[in-house]
Amino acid sequence: MKLLAFLSQHGDEILQAMLEHIGLVGVTMLLAIAIGVPLGILVARRPWLSRPILGTANVAETIPSLALFGFLLPVPWLGNRADRVAVAALTLYALLPIIRNTATGITGVNRAVREAARGMGMTERQILFEVELPLSLSTVIAGIRVATVLTIGIATIAAAVGAGGLGEFIFRGLAMVNNPLILAGAVPAALLALAADFGLSLLEKRLRPAR
Amino acid sequence: MKEVSFAVPRGETLVLLGRSGAGKTTALKLINRLLEPSGGRVCVEGRATTDWDPIALRRRIGYVIQEAGLFPHYTVEQNVSLVPRLEGWPAERIDARVRELFELVGLNPAEFLSRYPDELSGGQRQRVGVARALAADPPILLMDEPLGALDPLTRGDVRRELHDLQVRLKKTVVIVTHEVSEALLLGTRIGLMENGELRGTYSPKEFLNATEPLAAAFSAQVRELEAAGEQT
Repeated sequence: MKLLAFLSQHGDEILQAMLEHIGLVGVTMLLAIAIGVPLGILVARRPWLSRPILGTANVAETIPSLALFGFLLPVPWLGNRADRVAVAALTLYALLPIIRNTATGITGVNRAVREAARGMGMTERQILFEVELPLSLSTVIAGIRVATVLTIGIATIAAAVGAGGLGEFIFRGLAMVNNPLILAGAVPAALLALAADFGLSLLEKRLRPAR
Repeated sequence: MKEVSFAVPRGETLVLLGRSGAGKTTALKLINRLLEPSGGRVCVEGRATTDWDPIALRRRIGYVIQEAGLFPHYTVEQNVSLVPRLEGWPAERIDARVRELFELVGLNPAEFLSRYPDELSGGQRQRVGVARALAADPPILLMDEPLGALDPLTRGDVRRELHDLQVRLKKTVVIVTHEVSEALLLGTRIGLMENGELRGTYSPKEFLNATEPLAAAFSAQVRELEAAGEQT
């Protein structure tokens, strides 16, 4: 009951925070895809780069998120604005699943198909855009899906550096020992994650190629 | 591979026959430069493959592989029209060509054009693979075990169709196989390969009487089959 009362009182505020949250996650995902997919292609093309690239992404993944936000604060330009710090840190986290799935998808394309493409005189570029990427699209989307759900969760911590979002309620609630306040941040974040997961899973299924 | 030297005159069909691992496929891939020679020269139309632009070279050479290697995300029509599209043909010409090719390989265009490869039988897939290789009317055709994945009856059908096609189209063809019956039926010349070496080239008639041990082993297989046929 307390929660319902709270929701009716603070509906606008929650909506506002949710939009901020979606903004953070959206910008992060665009950046992570723009960086991660090309890196994944690079890893698939040059297997010797797989260790340094995936290794680095892996290390980024292991840094505790609160610490990573802290580390990025003193970085020039980035540190000037909280949302920049948040997006930079979140992008680092989102990269690994995207790079890994892109590389796996492309290396998983049937060798006979690749060879037929080469044998018919397709250029490397044509093979990539007309054969390999379409055939690995559902795997790439699966990576984006994992990264998105991950990012929605971690983005709540961005409030710690003042980047806003649903984490605001969680941190305030923690400080004031106010459970409804915590839930006002946690529940919408969880719903957001579920919705993103569901939506992207539909997309993934639709794009799954025939064998 | 070593000691492999052969020439395929225009309009001839050379069949490279040998066990698996004999270097047949390697020889084939040297022709369309999927592989480059570490020594020696491979010439297509009198020009070393390494002097060709690999893309231009491959567009002049149709390539058929086992299991066809069709693109699973393309319809049959898109598969067959791929090379003409890459070559920038106008749409009407591509359409007409695709229909013509379907008639040529014995598939009904109305029924098959919009299907995906996984909706076809093995024999149909292989026919589409051949149609795709012939699409831009390349003067040269390479086939790597084109019948390898088919059941014996379908194999016989497709083999006869290939033979008819050859008679009609007069392409320069190189086929790789380990089936002596295919070699005898499809080849105007048979190149016998073992351990990365070419043991000799024969006309089908010469092949049956050759004294070379491997050739003799292969033709013994044919005689056994014939004998079995006569007994029944």
